[in-house]
Amino acid sequence: MTKESEKRVRKQKKGAAVPPQQSHSSVHFDIHDHRILDADGCLVGRLPECAKQPDQLIALYRIMVKTRLFDEKAIALQRRGQLGTYASSLGQEAIGAAIGTVMADDDVLFPAYREYAAQFLRGVTMADILLYWGGNEQGMNFKGQRHDFPICVPIAGQAPHAVGTAYAMKLCDEKRVAVCVIGDGGTSKGDFCEAINAAGTWALPIVFIVNNNGWAISMPRKRQTGAETLAQKAIAAGFPGEQVDGNDVIALTDRIDQALHKARMGIGPTLIEALTYRLCDHTTADDASRYRSGQEVKEQWHYEPIKRLRTYLNEIDCWSESDEQELLASCHDEVEQAVSCYLNTPPQPPESMFDYLYQSLPAALEEQRASVVQWSKGNE
Amino acid sequence: MSEVTLVDAVNMALAAEMAADPSVVVLGEDVGVNGGVFRATAGLQQRFGPQRVLDTPLSETLIAGMSIGLAAEGLKPVAEIQFMGFVYSTMDQMINHAARLRNRTRGRLSCPMVLRAPFGGGIHAPEHHSESTEALFAHIPGLRVVIPSSPGRAYGLLLAAIRDPDPVIFLEPKRVYRLVKQEVADNGEALPLDVCFLLREGTDVTLVSWGAMIHEIMTAADQLAASGISAEVIDVATIKPLDMNTILDSVAKTGRCVIVHEAARTCGVGAEIAAQLAERGLMSLFAPVERVTGYDAIIPLFNLEKEYMPSVGRIVAAVKRTLEG
Repeated sequence: MTKESEKRVRKQKKGAAVPPQQSHSSVHFDIHDHRILDADGCLVGRLPECAKQPDQLIALYRIMVKTRLFDEKAIALQRRGQLGTYASSLGQEAIGAAIGTVMADDDVLFPAYREYAAQFLRGVTMADILLYWGGNEQGMNFKGQRHDFPICVPIAGQAPHAVGTAYAMKLCDEKRVAVCVIGDGGTSKGDFCEAINAAGTWALPIVFIVNNNGWAISMPRKRQTGAETLAQKAIAAGFPGEQVDGNDVIALTDRIDQALHKARMGIGPTLIEALTYRLCDHTTADDASRYRSGQEVKEQWHYEPIKRLRTYLNEIDCWSESDEQELLASCHDEVEQAVSCYLNTPPQPPESMFDYLYQSLPAALEEQRASVVQWSKGNE
Repeated sequence: MSEVTLVDAVNMALAAEMAADPSVVVLGEDVGVNGGVFRATAGLQQRFGPQRVLDTPLSETLIAGMSIGLAAEGLKPVAEIQFMGFVYSTMDQMINHAARLRNRTRGRLSCPMVLRAPFGGGIHAPEHHSESTEALFAHIPGLRVVIPSSPGRAYGLLLAAIRDPDPVIFLEPKRVYRLVKQEVADNGEALPLDVCFLLREGTDVTLVSWGAMIHEIMTAADQLAASGISAEVIDVATIKPLDMNTILDSVAKTGRCVIVHEAARTCGVGAEIAAQLAERGLMSLFAPVERVTGYDAIIPLFNLEKEYMPSVGRIVAAVKRTLEG
């Protein structure tokens, strides 16, 4: 290359303001919000296929009521010193109910820790959840969908797991979907950002559901991010995001069902931001009155998910007072049975802390395992 | 049988296991088209396809985290982190999730994954590329930490790590990647995990190390032999869980022990070995246990890295101290 042509090439490169692969495009996006049943129990949209029959609506109602009664009981047990710290799902029951209703058995759920309704619908028992918060790992060895992940306490840690599982499903050409639930605070975590980025890159069969309950312990949603919605984070990751009334179990069921269908068809991920409200404290170890007003909580009770569905079911003559009483009585019995099962489950033997560390115990740990047996409270 | 380098042996093991077991997948940054920044995965994507040899976005947390999701679905992910200095953002996933999955689900789910990373100094690399922080992982219950020191052990131990039903951190001494060549049979035979390798028998002192420092202690053993001192050399290989019995048996014979590692001194794996020698081998010792280690200082940029690393001279001097008096 002559000096002159070298110069010319350099000039040309300099002249190109933007390399062609990074050319600007103007990006526009809208975030749609979805609601079918409003806070007063009035239909404001068309009933979707997955919630058209009264039986379907009643099933959604039943699981939400059962979850709420379980929740009340769990808090009562904690207050009496019979349960450890417990994370309530009060006011957010619709999200788990919708997820558990539309997921297929062989899909995989990656919950955070307020999705009890979904877990119950997938075969996790109330006793399992009580065992978990009651300090017994057996609560995570549930008999439900054995491939589901257990509750995830480190915030958003489950999001990359869901990506791996969704990748495995795609690699094996299966029509299964990974469903990952995170809170509003979780969307600020690197794990979440890396997970949605990869899910979009590979168009994976995965549905992200953000339980935006307004509060991440003491941090209100508006101080969590400058983004106007959490749903739009999906746009940056290359796939659709939308907002759904998170207290409207019908709209949630519909939108999650459609997102699952899309994922199953190979179209790629969806992020659903479910707008709800944490009517409870963060956990039983929290006192939300330190950072939010009682008035705010009182106002939010108007929007909670159970009452509006009952109003609608009453309206269409599918639910009577005696149905309600029967449901409450049967849920009460079921909860009491679970509590009794939980309270009568003996702790794991002390050596169990070694027995599941590795598939087989390394020789280096045999002495420590023997020590825990020798010094266990039972043998003292 | 052909003569291969350590990095070739890693590549051979990956290829052998991918061919033998369709559930093995390789993932990481630049592992596909580029074959990895050290070429440890060269040719794998061409041979096994982009689905099984997966170029990931630049996301270390994701690489570790998605390996857990892959493993839980019955696949065997072998993830590469480009350098030990970038491994820290995987630690939340490895400690909170990979190490605990079997235990917290009482065996319902498990995590048979391998996280590979090159580690150690001595190649004039940029900042953050020369650390030896293996002890951070060795502290964690539920993990295995495996470190080869030769092409043969890289091949056999990596096969074992991939076949192991639990998570393994596999740290490759990158200074040795192309330092030596050795004949390695590509026969699919794994070496045992959780055991030390006795590399040289001796009677006067036991030299214990792992990774790249094995080469320094072998040279030191040669020099000592020339002055009539017979050193036994042990390659720990699996630093978690630790095979103390081999070390204790050796020290019972020699009565002296010098532990050598490139990692910083305080709370290094050498401290654990010395503590266990004090607990279980004190009566065999004729002299205090010596440690020759990296200093409790940040490993300098490469102008000074040789000053940081344990040298043959320091090792020989430590051995001679154990023989005095």
